[in-house]
Amino acid sequence: MTDLLSVDHLSFGFHDRQLYQDLTFNLKQGSMTSLIGANGVGKTTLIRLLMGQLHPQSGSINFMPDMKLGYVPQFRNIDPEYPLSIKSFVQLNQLSHPFPWHTKKERQQVDAALAKTHLTARQDQLLGRASGGEKQKAYLAQALLTEPNFLILDEATASLDVNTKVELMTLVQELNQSLNLTVLFVTHDLALAKDYTDQYLLLTPGHYEMRATHDMNEAAMPKELQPAQEVE
Amino acid sequence: MFTYAFMQNAWLASTFIAITCGLVGVFVTARGMSFLAHTLSEVGFAGAAFAVFMGIRPLDGMLLFTIISSITVGKLSVQQSRREASISAVSSLFVGLGILFLSLSSASASYATTILFGSIIGISRGDVWQLLALALAVLITMSVGYRRLAYDSFDATGATAQGVRRNLISIYFLLILAVSVSIGAQIVGSLLVFILLTLPPSVAKYLGKTLPQMLLISVGAALIGVWAGLALGYYTNWPVTFFIAAIEFTFYFIALGIHRWRLD
Repeated sequence: MTDLLSVDHLSFGFHDRQLYQDLTFNLKQGSMTSLIGANGVGKTTLIRLLMGQLHPQSGSINFMPDMKLGYVPQFRNIDPEYPLSIKSFVQLNQLSHPFPWHTKKERQQVDAALAKTHLTARQDQLLGRASGGEKQKAYLAQALLTEPNFLILDEATASLDVNTKVELMTLVQELNQSLNLTVLFVTHDLALAKDYTDQYLLLTPGHYEMRATHDMNEAAMPKELQPAQEVE
Repeated sequence: MFTYAFMQNAWLASTFIAITCGLVGVFVTARGMSFLAHTLSEVGFAGAAFAVFMGIRPLDGMLLFTIISSITVGKLSVQQSRREASISAVSSLFVGLGILFLSLSSASASYATTILFGSIIGISRGDVWQLLALALAVLITMSVGYRRLAYDSFDATGATAQGVRRNLISIYFLLILAVSVSIGAQIVGSLLVFILLTLPPSVAKYLGKTLPQMLLISVGAALIGVWAGLALGYYTNWPVTFFIAAIEFTFYFIALGIHRWRLD
């Protein structure tokens, strides 16, 4: 399989601290990778580098020529009074035509994105009143509209309960297989990383490791990432 | 009542104004800019007063002032946290200036009332054409960037992730808003222009589920308000602005009621 992304000896830091030194890793086309690390270690910065919003201080980031990136951001300000339906919300990400009205092809694309994310039956539901899982699916559907082959999910499961997490990750896995979508899943959740992704990139201050998830040794992971101990 | 030229002019002008404010208002409320719309209308008052002082047309003074101040506010308030305070500061300066210009010019007190609360009698056929041209300019400008404006207004996070340039959209919309405030003020007056920019869209927010529905409801509520207001004003001799305010207020509470009832 070809590499969708190769990061080669990447170094980046802000003036007060260095985040990465010689970061090197590849993502194969169609692979599912977790990006793991404690808060402040530079996960979001790495994503911004991949999206081209920041530029490497040294080293390089190379994508295969027809790479198309879709990004599902971490925070969204959708309050309960949010006025649009799920479908109308998804439609917002259609920017290629200048006219206010939607073309037939665009309507079909929206229907397809809703179908892929199992939202067809719920498309007229108000997004503000939808469940956490439905909201995340709607964000996903919106990102899928541009037909990406590389999807970055930024803490998509952070605010969900266990069942909904599993449901969403199953969906992501489905999309990964049916669309040959390369997925980079940013998370704190080691169990989800292990169950649903093939490999992980762990960032720690000054270091990194890239491994298959079945080789993950949870006990050796940074303390912040381990499940909280039950307190009696 | 259509036998009178001034009533014909008032109907034409208010129709264009209602359509423009109804459409623009949907984005004003979605972007949380109602307060800014209110401030711009006060700036419009100062602009009209300045125009009286300079001997130019009030609408031209309004356009001048609202456009300059919308760009200033846009630059001052890139950070959300600073926005309210800087808007208040700009607002108080302009109300003060408006009062100064009015007192420096020899305009009578009734002129101030006209600027603040609107007047349908003062609109000539020439004004109608100017309003039509401005309304068309606003609508064409808005349709050009419509999709990016809609994305940024209803899902700023997603729009940023897709590379929509927020600052550019923000300035673009502030200009649209500045012109809309100036033309809206011709009928309801600068103090109450924000009725047309905020109440019909709020009705639409409660009743519509899609953007086209919201735009349609908002324009409909604005049109019914100004048309009924004009007719009632004509037959009762009470101020048109009062009727428009009362009608939009009623629409708002009915829509709120329907919204609550649907959620139960």
